[in-house]
Amino acid sequence: MPNHWSAKTPQPSPDLSTGLIGWLRTNLFSSPSNTLLTIVGVAILYVTIPSFISWALINATWFGDSRAVCDEAAANGQTGACWAFINVRMGVFTYGFYPEMERWRINVMVLILAFNLTPILASTIFKNNSRQALLGLLGIALTFFIVGPVGSILMGAYFFLPLAFSTLSKIDTIVAPIGADARAIGFRLLGALLIGGGVYFITHSLISREIAATVGILMSFLMLCLVLIRSLSTMGWRWIMLFSAFPVLCFYMLLGGVLGLPPVETHFWGGLFLTLVVAGTGMATALPIGILLALGRRSELPVIKVVCISFIELVRGVPLVSVLFMASVMFPLFLPENVTFNKLLRALIGIAFFYAAYMAEVIRGGLQGIPKGQYEAAKALGWPYWKMMTVVILPQTLRLVIPGLANNFLSLLKDTTLVAVIGLLDLLGIAKAAMADSEWLGFTKESYVFAAIVFWVLCFAISRYSVHLEKKYHTSYH
Amino acid sequence: MVKMQNNGKGPGTGGSKLRFLYDSRVRGWIAQTLVVLMLAFVLGYALYNISTNLSKAGITTGFGFLSEPAGFDISQTLIEYSSQSTYADALVVGILNTLLVSVLGIIFSSFFGFFLGVIRLSPNWLVSRMAAAYTEIIRNIPLLLQVLFWYLAILAPLPGPRQAFDFSGIIFLCNRGLQLPKPLLEQGFNITTITFAITFILSAILIYWSRYRQRQTGKRFPAYLVASALLVILPLISFTASGSPMHWEVPTLKGFNFAGGFTVLPELIALWLALTLYSATFIGEYVRSGIMAVDKGQTEAALALGYRPGLMYRLIIIPQAMRVVTPPLISQYLTLIKNSSLAVVIGYPELVHVFAGTALNQSGQAVEIITITMAAYLSISLVISFFMNWYNNNIALRGQEG
Repeated sequence: MPNHWSAKTPQPSPDLSTGLIGWLRTNLFSSPSNTLLTIVGVAILYVTIPSFISWALINATWFGDSRAVCDEAAANGQTGACWAFINVRMGVFTYGFYPEMERWRINVMVLILAFNLTPILASTIFKNNSRQALLGLLGIALTFFIVGPVGSILMGAYFFLPLAFSTLSKIDTIVAPIGADARAIGFRLLGALLIGGGVYFITHSLISREIAATVGILMSFLMLCLVLIRSLSTMGWRWIMLFSAFPVLCFYMLLGGVLGLPPVETHFWGGLFLTLVVAGTGMATALPIGILLALGRRSELPVIKVVCISFIELVRGVPLVSVLFMASVMFPLFLPENVTFNKLLRALIGIAFFYAAYMAEVIRGGLQGIPKGQYEAAKALGWPYWKMMTVVILPQTLRLVIPGLANNFLSLLKDTTLVAVIGLLDLLGIAKAAMADSEWLGFTKESYVFAAIVFWVLCFAISRYSVHLEKKYHTSYH
Repeated sequence: MVKMQNNGKGPGTGGSKLRFLYDSRVRGWIAQTLVVLMLAFVLGYALYNISTNLSKAGITTGFGFLSEPAGFDISQTLIEYSSQSTYADALVVGILNTLLVSVLGIIFSSFFGFFLGVIRLSPNWLVSRMAAAYTEIIRNIPLLLQVLFWYLAILAPLPGPRQAFDFSGIIFLCNRGLQLPKPLLEQGFNITTITFAITFILSAILIYWSRYRQRQTGKRFPAYLVASALLVILPLISFTASGSPMHWEVPTLKGFNFAGGFTVLPELIALWLALTLYSATFIGEYVRSGIMAVDKGQTEAALALGYRPGLMYRLIIIPQAMRVVTPPLISQYLTLIKNSSLAVVIGYPELVHVFAGTALNQSGQAVEIITITMAAYLSISLVISFFMNWYNNNIALRGQEG
């Protein structure tokens, strides 16, 4: 019998439960049924993946400018995808039938949107102004390189105005609170005029005088409107400009007809561009209407409540296709005979009200999730209804419902394809129209797979971003 | 501060007449009156314009057109229909076709969705990743694109009837659709139908009895197994006993097309496939979240009691998960029904295509037809949500108010 006990050196785990073999045993072959599942899974992968890869990548024809390239490849036994078809039509897929000379206008707007959304979406990275300024310079350089001087000036003006505003509005001697005396307003008017004049001075040497003058007037007006709002952060200014200046700018830039830009009717719009226009406008209009409907549904005023409930339930009970049909067939009947009504606008109105009902339900869920104490505290302070809602309740609600809103936005983005039903050519509509080209018959799969990849990338990015936001604003009352 | 004290005294006590406007009740009434006036104005304006526009176009309003002959054919009809039938018949055909594809879609997407949800939680690394990849790929692609893909990129390029894919000489697949053998019923088949009905009632009684007995004595009886066996065996016996009064009409190639049997339209196949595959990803996610919402202690307790995983899922996990799954499942089913209207782009003759498309073009009665279409969808939605809510109330936890 030993006198003292000493610890043995620990034995390594059995070979079969560690390393690759151990991993395989626990994750793939832990039981007979699991083994069967693994075998079935491998079989499915074996059937689908290699054939898809050989079709889409290995045996595919990538370049070329006519059908002959793909036919030749097919004759040589390369029976893969004909991506040359997509390559040739890339312009149409992206811009629709927007005139080629005017496509720079879309590019500018997309660049402006991208560079202004970046600091908003990645607010943790672009917290301080110097980083934003760096991003702005990058944006100006990029725009200059892609589009030219006019675009880069627009980009610079749009990007740096929020920075300027937030700096300006922090100086109390220049910007007084709203409702101050006439002198303060006059002072601001002078500032706005100076800025407008400056913009005019810079632009008139580059483009025609007429355009420069209008840009200058617009800028000073914008400046005046925006400086009236006091003491906002740069990010706040970006939000405000996104919902005020950006749509106006978009409207004039894309439709043309002013500032010497040739007009482009909406029936030339199409492709990915139209998809983004419909989705963006839809989201930006459906959300505010949805908030109003949700507030109305929870209102204590019986008439408003009944109106909101019946609207929401009616819309949620019918498919979007029938709403679009109604928009395209019945809207013209609602108006006097001589009033013509743009087809795109009809679709946009239909989509806005349709999705507003869904947004309202999401937001109602959020409103119900706010503890009663929040309402009571605001009421105890003697705050009127709208102040209570906008300052206390809605900011918390919107944070709570981020996943729901993102889901709605995803379905909105996917449902933009339905505008094809009333004859608008969005990305899917263009993909379908491209197949009817007699020179390129028979490339249906390529067309749809390409459109599917584009939609997938957009939707997947949005869903990942919503997960990120959800984690960032994770506020739980439980 | 002063203002707050005044407010504290309540309405009507202030000296100024303006104080009246600060009363929230008065403000409420003003707001409501404004809303009503605005709605009345908008509606009145729209109605006035509609009536003037229609009278100028020479279109008579009203629902009288429903009893006039429609004058167009429909490629798939579940009831008797010809071009001489009325618009009302066309409406019924459209609704039935919508319901057909919806029911098919709901059944298959439920099974596939449950399968996806369960398999995504499986300990098998490969299979769960595959389910996740499938879900992420399919649900991020627009449904309309999938419908068109199946219809134009997969089914349309299939070979014609002469080179159709032959499944053992009974079933054929070609670009005209799927050709299936058709059961032809003869005299005496009624006996089998009646037997089936009686067995069905018997099985229901059996299941009810076994539940009652289990509640009273705790003894289990494999009621579902026995009932389904009975449902197969008894009608089969009566079928053979009455001399097999049915034979199959197999589709055969005649000239350029198939004759005999019955044809499943390629539009129906494309729509059904797309609806099923797309909705299943959503149902799978609901099922997964429902299963994950069941407390882990339930699993552990079941395993500690020696339940096999299959029985544990069936008796403990799934019933509790269903409480979480049912509400989103209801709305998913309703979404599926509404999504079936996408058929309009491929020409499957459902409600929107037949009625809001062809019938509208034929008759020009835009207002009535759109109203009827929307009302039809609304009533389908309401009926289904009524039944599903009844089911949901049945399985909901009692005595725990939200």
